[in-house]
Amino acid sequence: MSVPAELRYTQEHEWVSIDGDVATIGITDYAANALGDVVYVSLPAASSSVSAGEPCGEVESTKSVSDLFSPLDGEVTEVNEELDDDPGLVNAEPYGAGWMFRVRFSGGQAGLPAGLLTAAQYEDLTKSAE
Amino acid sequence: MTDFAGWLMPLRYGSETTEHLAVRSSAGLFDLSHMGEIAVTGPSAAEALDYALTGWISRLKVGQARYTMICAPDGGIIDDLVVYRQAESRFLVIANASNAAVVLAELTERCAAQGADVTDETDQTALVAIQGQNAPAILSQVTSLPLTDIRYYSGAYGEVDGVPAWVARTGYTGEDGFEVFCPAQAAEQVWDALAKAGGSSVVPAGLAARDTLRLEAGMPLYGNELGRDVSPFEAGLGKVVRLDKPGDFVGRPALAAAAEAAEAGTGPARELIGLIARSRRIPRHGYPILTEGVQVGTVTSGAPSPTLAVPVAMAYVERGARGPFFIDVRGRLEPADRAELPFYRRSQQA
Repeated sequence: MSVPAELRYTQEHEWVSIDGDVATIGITDYAANALGDVVYVSLPAASSSVSAGEPCGEVESTKSVSDLFSPLDGEVTEVNEELDDDPGLVNAEPYGAGWMFRVRFSGGQAGLPAGLLTAAQYEDLTKSAE
Repeated sequence: MTDFAGWLMPLRYGSETTEHLAVRSSAGLFDLSHMGEIAVTGPSAAEALDYALTGWISRLKVGQARYTMICAPDGGIIDDLVVYRQAESRFLVIANASNAAVVLAELTERCAAQGADVTDETDQTALVAIQGQNAPAILSQVTSLPLTDIRYYSGAYGEVDGVPAWVARTGYTGEDGFEVFCPAQAAEQVWDALAKAGGSSVVPAGLAARDTLRLEAGMPLYGNELGRDVSPFEAGLGKVVRLDKPGDFVGRPALAAAAEAAEAGTGPARELIGLIARSRRIPRHGYPILTEGVQVGTVTSGAPSPTLAVPVAMAYVERGARGPFFIDVRGRLEPADRAELPFYRRSQQA
């Protein structure tokens, strides 16, 4: 299972990549493995506003469905439309082509929620779940 | 891996979609050792099973198999079963893992009066299934049994890679294929022999693929489509109830009344139908089905169909319900069209 060191993580098994005031969000390798084959991803609409900790979409796999949460407050700038045709990208490249949506947040680094985990903290979380 | 009726079972080996499609296009290998195997033996075994089950078991010739049910006195389904007549006085009853204990107890009680012996062989019996159009070619490499002589829903004793086995042309995938019952300690050997013989044309397949395969094939699953509160007639399986067989059997009066109601068009209250979703959101077990805002049924099984590439479901709806059907998928109504079952039928019958 892969947990890239440069990313931040959430308790909901999502990853967050920060670039300036834009965060890119997807689900982790661990989450994709646990779900099995992802067959449909419902993403928030571009330009919609999202709130930290609130559901903004769904990830459906053969056996289950999970809510997709926004890890921070902000406005959706872009969603990964490739997933509409090829939701399997979430399994194949969870940290790359399987990314899900981008959010512009305000307040710079101070605007980031305090609860984001480092890679090491996230690895501990997945190990304690096993 | 997942806990399944006390057995640690693989949900998937890799991608369940790939496993599913491999069974449809080539072959898949399943470890089904969790299934219950109960032997009913003795000179009166056939008559005992005629009394215990809904099927006319004494009519089976040696080597034949039958899909049947064990019902409660009120006609509710205790389990759905496959019964093999392995010898004149020996039958092997295959029960679902979650029901194996209760089936064993019921059979023991129902057959005792008839003087037949009931033995639980689950622990010493492994079951490896190879399913898909390439299954005969693969299995034939490791057995000397003439597989062309084993017709669909029949079986024969033979050897698989030198291991004594009961080889049956049965399955739960909608494809041609075989189920190999062998001693538990030889399970790995049989699995490895079939995997090696199949090479790249066979993939190991887990419970997730098994579930979508049987759903596409319109086959019911106990706990979803079948249960104690379901009669075989509601499930569209009235044909497994052999009211034309002689003698009494458990559930006969209730089942005869249900058959009469079905004949007269006054029952059953609900029927099992297929649905194809017009949305990509997947209908799942327990989701309500509405017509004009009123609930008319409930989804029993639902999944993305790898073959059709749309979500499909089986559901109970009020008999004669015509729709339009909307499935309440977590608070949002999604349209679905009624479809004939099965969703998938293989092109050539074995």
